[in-house]
Amino acid sequence: MAAGLRPQDVDLTTVLADSRLANPVMTASGCAAAGQELQQFFDVSDLGAVVTKSIMRDVRSGRATPRMAETPSGMLNSIGLQGPGVNAFLARDLPWLLQHDARPIVSIAGSSLGEYAELARRVGNTPGVAAIEVNISCPNVEDRGLVFACHPVQAGRVLSVVRRDTPRGLPVFAKLSPDVTNIVDIARSVVEAGADGLVLINTLLGLNIDFTTMRPKLGGVMGGLSGPAVRPVAVRAVWQVANALPGIPLIGVGGIRTGADALEFLVAGASAVQVGTAIFNDPNAPVRVLSELRTELAAHGFARARDAVGYANRPALEGVMAQ
Amino acid sequence: MTSATTRGPIQVDGEVFSNKRVGAYQHLTLVADGIAERTRPGNFVALAVGGATSANLLRRSFSIYRVRPAGVYGGTVEIVFAASGAGTQWLADRQPHDAINVVGPLGRPFALPKEPVACALVGGGYGSAPLFALAEKLRERSCAVHMVLGASTESRLFGALEARRAAQSVTVTTLDGSVGIKGLVTDPLPALMARHSIEVVYSCGPMGMLAAATRVATDQGAWSQTAVEEAMACGIGVCMTCVLPVVGDDGVTRMLRSCVEGPVFAGDKVRWDAVGTIPAGTFGAPEVSRQ
Repeated sequence: MAAGLRPQDVDLTTVLADSRLANPVMTASGCAAAGQELQQFFDVSDLGAVVTKSIMRDVRSGRATPRMAETPSGMLNSIGLQGPGVNAFLARDLPWLLQHDARPIVSIAGSSLGEYAELARRVGNTPGVAAIEVNISCPNVEDRGLVFACHPVQAGRVLSVVRRDTPRGLPVFAKLSPDVTNIVDIARSVVEAGADGLVLINTLLGLNIDFTTMRPKLGGVMGGLSGPAVRPVAVRAVWQVANALPGIPLIGVGGIRTGADALEFLVAGASAVQVGTAIFNDPNAPVRVLSELRTELAAHGFARARDAVGYANRPALEGVMAQ
Repeated sequence: MTSATTRGPIQVDGEVFSNKRVGAYQHLTLVADGIAERTRPGNFVALAVGGATSANLLRRSFSIYRVRPAGVYGGTVEIVFAASGAGTQWLADRQPHDAINVVGPLGRPFALPKEPVACALVGGGYGSAPLFALAEKLRERSCAVHMVLGASTESRLFGALEARRAAQSVTVTTLDGSVGIKGLVTDPLPALMARHSIEVVYSCGPMGMLAAATRVATDQGAWSQTAVEEAMACGIGVCMTCVLPVVGDDGVTRMLRSCVEGPVFAGDKVRWDAVGTIPAGTFGAPEVSRQ
């Protein structure tokens, strides 16, 4: 670690499964739509990547309102993947991202293996896509509505069809749910099935009550909890998986609000991070986090963002010798 | 015409200029450079609450009451709200010179008639706030402006005095009869519309009131423009929480975001009875056979 580093001298480049990003900060899926709205506040090409809201095969209306509820240092949402469907996305949203020099990571979601495979082919064969992120936190209509992400075998099957149908060389990342008994089992299963990296974590399932109706507040009854409230859960997941599967690229997401939060994920083992719910509080959050991360890296003596990755996992002896 | 440089929202650190109690409401004036020049009646601002480490992450959205372009104090933006929860109470407690982060102006403004027609402006509670700037714009177009302001009780009326300057006629209603006509704000609307040959009804307030105002307008063959209040998380179009069912020109119902496709909608296009649901046949709604 170097002393007296200036923030502008920090090398922010990061490598994720053979693809090189200018910096490790991305948007989180579902918190940035497909980039257009955020372009009003900052240049989306300044980010390492823009992760789109999950694209499904068909147009989807989503769930009934209320779709969100504020909770301490977080929020619950039950949007229900409202979206335009893959045709409209490829015709309209992806070209916009490419015209604005963004590096698009396209999140895909399906309700059957066939749908995931079709999305992998459609999206994967479209030029300009930087990677595919597979949202497996969806109910499987062919298996009693069980959520793919919660079952190692089902999760592995999704990744295996997506990897099979995605052109070689285009990275496929699996986004995992923390609502499982052992996230390492799921991680291992999807990596064995061909995932090139993992995105940790999706939201946690939560519920709250509206006292005016004395019923669950969300139209979808249960919703996904996100925001700083979940950050320690996400950092824990990154730490566990980084230790269990060394060498697998990890992208940390969950409650990142500041550059220090982003650094926490890097040293726990993530090679990149995604900023999500914080965007609702501060539309400039992704670029602010990036700039603060640069300062944090310099302040802690990391000349390269890559040097911080997994630093908290180093052997104890090395820590002693560095003193 | 607005130039390219003064379009779209900006994010600025605003400073409290004044924060005053008005009846049951709070009238907050912020110095927030650049907002005024971009604002049109019906736009709103989204304010962060609780400071940089706040546990209340979601912005609070408010219709813009008034703006003043940069002068001695820099540009200002004014809102009127009720302190009803942790976030609005925090806003109500702000003192002059305190910082509040502002994103705005957001949303689609009220559409203005091309001809000098007679208009009714209907406000429920502090929903009247955005109607004064609208009245000014309508008068500039030689439209006759008639205001109808209603609330549950006198302290929850906003702007009844100001309305006398803004409008040719002012009708006031309260549910408890503490001032004006006892009843709903939409009760006197049919007679008023007939008397003044009203061709456009603008309304802002709770959903039920907007539905009623639309019904009255449509019955009399008038246009209706409604500014909805849907719960929002981001205010800028990325979170997809503030949707409501709106019928397009093609006759298809879509779940539209009230922050970017609204908050002002043509009243007759909103499926008021279905707000809070995904009505059957909505674009992208789950097919019954798949359930």
